[in-house]
Amino acid sequence: MTETTTATLPALSGTKFFMNFPVTDTSHTLAAYRARGGYQSLEKALREMQPTEVTKEVAAAGLLGHGGAAFPAGRKWGVVKLNDGEPHYVCMNADEGEPGTFKDRWMLENIPHMCLEGLIIGSYALQGRHAFIYIRGEFDLPYRRMAAAIEEAYEAGLLGENILGTGYSCDVVLYRGAGSYVCGEASAMLASLEGKKGWPRNRPPRLTVKGLYQKPTVVNNVETLANVPVIIKLGATEFKKVGTPKSPGTQMISISGHVVRPGVYEVEYGYSWEKFIYEDCGGMLGGRALKCIIPGGVSTKVLNAEELKGVTLDHNSALAAGSQLGSGGMIAVAEGTCMVRLAAVIQRFYHHESCGQCTPCREGMGWMERILKRIVAGGGRMEDIDRLYQIGEANDGTTICSLGDSAGYACSAILDHFRDEFEYYIINKRSKYDGQLAIDDPFASALAGARA
Amino acid sequence: MSGLVARLIPEFEQWKKRYPAGFEGSLSLPCLRRIQEERGYITDDDITDLTAYLGVPRIQVDEAVAFYTQFTRKPLGTHHIQVCHNVSCSLRGAEGLVAHLCTRLGIKPGETTGDGKFTLTTVECLASCGTAPMMMVGNTYHENLTPASVDALLEELAK
Repeated sequence: MTETTTATLPALSGTKFFMNFPVTDTSHTLAAYRARGGYQSLEKALREMQPTEVTKEVAAAGLLGHGGAAFPAGRKWGVVKLNDGEPHYVCMNADEGEPGTFKDRWMLENIPHMCLEGLIIGSYALQGRHAFIYIRGEFDLPYRRMAAAIEEAYEAGLLGENILGTGYSCDVVLYRGAGSYVCGEASAMLASLEGKKGWPRNRPPRLTVKGLYQKPTVVNNVETLANVPVIIKLGATEFKKVGTPKSPGTQMISISGHVVRPGVYEVEYGYSWEKFIYEDCGGMLGGRALKCIIPGGVSTKVLNAEELKGVTLDHNSALAAGSQLGSGGMIAVAEGTCMVRLAAVIQRFYHHESCGQCTPCREGMGWMERILKRIVAGGGRMEDIDRLYQIGEANDGTTICSLGDSAGYACSAILDHFRDEFEYYIINKRSKYDGQLAIDDPFASALAGARA
Repeated sequence: MSGLVARLIPEFEQWKKRYPAGFEGSLSLPCLRRIQEERGYITDDDITDLTAYLGVPRIQVDEAVAFYTQFTRKPLGTHHIQVCHNVSCSLRGAEGLVAHLCTRLGIKPGETTGDGKFTLTTVECLASCGTAPMMMVGNTYHENLTPASVDALLEELAK
């Protein structure tokens, strides 16, 4: 029996870089990856390309970061000066924790070697002797799969001293987090990698100038690095033929919530968003209408069904629609769901994860949560709505990392779209809908008992 | 130095081989995790011993233990049940799952059963949104939960 719980989902039309093989009990191993052509890109990069050529190819391919911010990966790499006499570090960000996002988990479980190959190539491009994988502490199977992949790679001479006899040496440290959302932020991650509490820090200096142990460091998302072997294999020109001109390649989308077929899908950029939701994911549970989509993790602004019309799954189209593709972690919400209670759940999360370093976030997150809880409990006041906007605005750009900003964006977007529900709740001291968040809740009777 | 940290040092020394020189401080999180695996929680003496071994300021290790949610200074039940109640799980029944567990175990989130067998905690996103509702018991994810599958699991764990 397979350990993973990956359900069989419909394959989407379009190019697949990652989900292009049948997942079996052994498809994650080195032998299986090699049979699919794995590590040929590493061999090509080490034998035929100079480190700067690798970076140039990644930049020319237009690879955008897949962790949420969509920053051009090649440009990030290009900042590091190869002849500065300093050690350089590449760190794979596998601290997947943005609510609604679980695509990196699929990649770590099913294609650990491809992620690792990207990391080694990246480390070669930046002439790093040591590279790191920071994986969230709760991940068990992804950790075991990656740990096994690393050991297989050492045994096969793909890691360690003198890789493939080319003279390049690289060690990889697989580092487990210990439970902290904010450690997904790159500077907090590096503090955590140094064995400290995960507090973000101000830039400048940028991490590519002073990062891990004050040395130039590049932090890339799992999916970003997994794209690197693809680019080296295809070349930038061929890679750019996939996707859209401004969003080349594919995006791993994890979709959850009220859709019939939640899961991880690989989507070629430019794919119709409505076709994806209504056809590929089977539409909404119980035949309900779509109320809204949280497009790329809870930190991105919600879009309603009307706003999704004609929008395609790529960065520019999502931006034009008023939101972002973010981490590709999409949550679908069906008509009839209470947005006041949903906002309270989101805000509880931000309050729980605020690291406490910056005053606007430390104080603001709890304040927003208390207001929302009070509204849910029937004690809301009409001025609460303006107060929620104000606290969000007070966080915008005033904190070191973007946790507080994101909470403000998320909350204000929900207020913009569903203000009437908040007003109704405040006036009537109850939800405009039945107050439930789940549809076809298997535990409904337990919940009814708890509330009685 | 207490028995536990001293006993684990040979293991810690093995880990150092893949780190660059001068990275001893980085070992604090892996060492703390290992200590907690052995005893179930982390004591003041562990922190003292680890600080001495790694040569880092005590405050650094103290802060790390306090900061990360996976570290605990108190013993937990034999089985630590962590239920995700973030957005996606709530949309698929996490609130009912928590209520169901409270009824079955006779405790509230944050509590441990009288026999010391179960601790129940609610947590934020565990990246299992597509297979919600879910919970983590020890290190293992249990997904697509139903009342029947939860009851069967609890029965198995109570043995």
